Amino acid sequence: MLQGIAFYLLSAVAVASGLLVVTARNPVHSVLWLILAFFSSAGLFVLLGAEFLAMLLVVVYVGAVAVLFLFVVMMLDVDFVRLREGYANYLPLAAIVAGILLAEMIMISIVVVQGGAAADATDPAVAGADTSNVEAIGRVLYTDYVYIFQASGLVLLIAMIGAIILTLRKKPSVRRQDPADQTNRDRQTSVEIKGVVTGVGVTGEELR
Amino acid sequence: MEVTLQHYLAVGAMLFTIGVFGIFVNRKNVIIILMSVELILLAVNINFVAFSAYLNDISGQIMAMFILTVAAAEAAVGLAILVTFFRNRGDIAVDDANVMKG
Amino acid sequence: MSLELLVTLGVFAPLLGAAIAGFFGRRIGNIPSQAITTGLLFFSCLVSWTVFGQWTWGHLEPFTVTLAPFINVGDFQSDWAIRIDALSAVMLVVVTTVSSLVHLYSWGYMAEDDSKPRFFAYLSLFTFAMLTLVTAADFMQLFFGWEGVGLASYLLIGFWFKKPTASAAAIKAFVVNRVGDFGFALGIITVFWMFGTIQFAELFPLIAAQKGQGWEFLGYTWSALDLAGVLLFIGAMGKSAQFFLHTWLPDAMEGPTPVSALIHAATMVTAGVYMVCLLSPIYEYAPTASLLIAITGAVTALFAATVGLMQNDIKRVIAYSTCSQLGYMFFAAGVGVYESAMFHLFTHAFFKALLFLGAGSVIHGMHHEQDMRKMGGLWKLLPVTYAVMMIGTIAITGLGIPEIGGFAGFYSKDSIIESAYAAATTGHSAAGYFAFVVGLFAAALTSYYSWRLIFMTFHNKPAWKEDEHAHAHAHDDHASSARLETHGEPLPDDDHAHDEHAHGHHGPLKPHESPWVMLVPLILLSIGAVAAGFVFAPHFIGYYETGFWRGAIFNSPENHVLHDSHEVPKWVKWSPLIVTLLGAGIAAYYYVLREGLAKRMAAKQGPLWSFLYNKWYFDEIYDFVFVKGARALGDLFWKIGDVKIIDGLGPNGAAWASLKSAARLSKIQSGYVYHYAFVMLLGVAGLLAFAIYAWGA
Repeated sequence: MLQGIAFYLLSAVAVASGLLVVTARNPVHSVLWLILAFFSSAGLFVLLGAEFLAMLLVVVYVGAVAVLFLFVVMMLDVDFVRLREGYANYLPLAAIVAGILLAEMIMISIVVVQGGAAADATDPAVAGADTSNVEAIGRVLYTDYVYIFQASGLVLLIAMIGAIILTLRKKPSVRRQDPADQTNRDRQTSVEIKGVVTGVGVTGEELR
Repeated sequence: MEVTLQHYLAVGAMLFTIGVFGIFVNRKNVIIILMSVELILLAVNINFVAFSAYLNDISGQIMAMFILTVAAAEAAVGLAILVTFFRNRGDIAVDDANVMKG
Repeated sequence: MSLELLVTLGVFAPLLGAAIAGFFGRRIGNIPSQAITTGLLFFSCLVSWTVFGQWTWGHLEPFTVTLAPFINVGDFQSDWAIRIDALSAVMLVVVTTVSSLVHLYSWGYMAEDDSKPRFFAYLSLFTFAMLTLVTAADFMQLFFGWEGVGLASYLLIGFWFKKPTASAAAIKAFVVNRVGDFGFALGIITVFWMFGTIQFAELFPLIAAQKGQGWEFLGYTWSALDLAGVLLFIGAMGKSAQFFLHTWLPDAMEGPTPVSALIHAATMVTAGVYMVCLLSPIYEYAPTASLLIAITGAVTALFAATVGLMQNDIKRVIAYSTCSQLGYMFFAAGVGVYESAMFHLFTHAFFKALLFLGAGSVIHGMHHEQDMRKMGGLWKLLPVTYAVMMIGTIAITGLGIPEIGGFAGFYSKDSIIESAYAAATTGHSAAGYFAFVVGLFAAALTSYYSWRLIFMTFHNKPAWKEDEHAHAHAHDDHASSARLETHGEPLPDDDHAHDEHAHGHHGPLKPHESPWVMLVPLILLSIGAVAAGFVFAPHFIGYYETGFWRGAIFNSPENHVLHDSHEVPKWVKWSPLIVTLLGAGIAAYYYVLREGLAKRMAAKQGPLWSFLYNKWYFDEIYDFVFVKGARALGDLFWKIGDVKIIDGLGPNGAAWASLKSAARLSKIQSGYVYHYAFVMLLGVAGLLAFAIYAWGA
């Protein structure tokens, strides 16, 4: 019973905050609602027995992606009021199409569940009560899905490189190091022998 | 009452729909569009994990993990593109970005 | 020198003349070209008279000289051949005599023209085509000759091609002829379909057997021989300018007068009559076709005579007279007296050519003035011309005393009228009475307009003396080969039209007699006009008739109209003379006794006058129905059928459709990502709907 209450509460919060994400006027609010949606979904995951995934959700999505969104939102100097113009024009059509889509998806889910393999599933049970979620994932991740694992690593790498390339700007006032220049320095250009007269010094001022 | 698979799937469907709705309503604000995409991915994740739980198959959660990864990568690159777009145009209104018009 | 070789040379001599004058005329010069062509034609004339003389007074049997094969496809066999029998002998004489005299005449008439070699070449070419026509032994050569004379007619009518009316008249002649030729070709096909052969020698014996053969069409049974006869007659209608296909003949007067004399009086237009008489075996067994011929001929005779009453151009009066006389010949053939038709053809060739050449002499003397209203009082100034024109007029009006004698036209025309009566009374031809009455009435009209021509041209007050001022500034224009012979149709006041001549005459107009080279042919023809009647009547239609024709003209066993025509009552024999005198009297009243009366009546332009003057409005009707109709049909097919429908559905339409659809489809690429996303969403929704349907929700 507790599970039921928890489920309904969490899912209601998730759906409501999702709705608020798209309808909020202030984009910072949108990001915050998004964070709440993520948190609720993490709660749902815990209910499903996938606690590792729930934590992943919090750490990666909330901690990285949502924060990234927040950075960008705050960084860009945009007139968000003007961006909301025309909002109501598209509302009816989008609502209709979305409604139809929702109805279809629910119908299909009902069909699938009734006809499919999950027809007689009752409990969300974890695979083996003695193994934790982490261990269960770990057992398959590096064995059966190792290729996907490596590929996703590559994806992350490429994404990182891409993001850097897209946004890197060379400002003239930033002083950087160029290791190639540094190691290719030769003596003629970098060292100048100054004959220092004893008692005069380098600059020629009288030593005090 | 008992929480069955359909309930979770319904939740996922609703989040998906909200995400799609968000894309169409917020034509100008590309940040909201990206966030709607994140909502869609989240909905898919819920689906996967729900199936994985009810079918006793861990591979659903593996899929969810990878979706997470890709979503993060895509958010990063998307935001980088947004920043570049903003730098070029000074504004993030994308509803009149029709340079690729046919 | 065998007769076959002689005849072959005689037929081909004009072709040789035409080739030499045509191709080398410019190199050898005017006089040699003229001399060669005229000389060769006189040679042909001599050969023809030899053959004719041997036939008439000698004992020549019919023979055919086969020259070369022509077409050889299954049953359709045709050879180039020269067939000599009574019909072709008569026609040879007619053609070569008139042609050689016209050649001679043209020395004088065309003296100031620049393209003399071309003219003589065309004349000789025409003669050659006509000779191949009359000596044809099968339908193909006949058709070849038929088309050849049509071509030569076109070339000659449009001889002064720089004049737009001449070119138009030439085209009109050719096109109207073509309509007839279409019927002719269909007739040949019908004959071939029925009998399997087109050679006359093989064909004629087969006809009697097929007398009643019918064929089914539209639920009726038609007589096949009648069909062939009618179709072939349509060809004759075109060539001989019968009613409905007559419109080209008056306009053909655009050609030089010698051309009119040769082609449109004596020879080409008579090809139709010749063909009908040649095919007498068919027509004897095709009663409906014969009836049609008789009615058409009678109507033509009447029609042309009525129109000729009102014309002011001297050449047009004679042209309509020709048309009318051809009508006589056809209705004679229609009632069954082909012999009379041929005899009238023979005599008509002489006096019509005479009239035309005489008119040409007048025109030449009047410095190419053709409007009779501007002539008058010429009998003193052109005495020889006057004399021969009188002879020709007496001949054409058929003045003569029955049972005693008269000029040429008397014998032939009276024979036709009497035969019509005989055919009516013996019931041989249903059109007999109609033809008889029409023939008499047309004879009166013929007399009227022929004498009117004489009075207006030679008698009366000289209208040309008041036109002196028009010639005060006649200028030399030697380089012009565009001679303007004025029409004479209602000219507003175009006195300057005849200024363009290279006479070198300055000062007032002074009509003069023609040179001897033009008068000699006139005199020779007048001898023929006088004598051809009483010399040859016994042979053609009289006592020696069967001995003369010897099977060239076929008479069915029921046809003794010619014989009956000699037995007709006395009043019938005297009636043509009476009506002729009546016509002459009326003409004299209007033009001599009360001079000026006719001019006042014409000036009133009453409805009858307009109707007759405008040729019963045939040209206007044809223009409206056929020319405008064909043009409208062509426009319909072009603008709607071709452009809108075929092009619209085909290339243009496909191109337009693809452009339009591409333009519309390209709008789908709006460039807005959210549009694309929306489309994707719709696709997803659609797929889901399909999935629901497929998995059976």
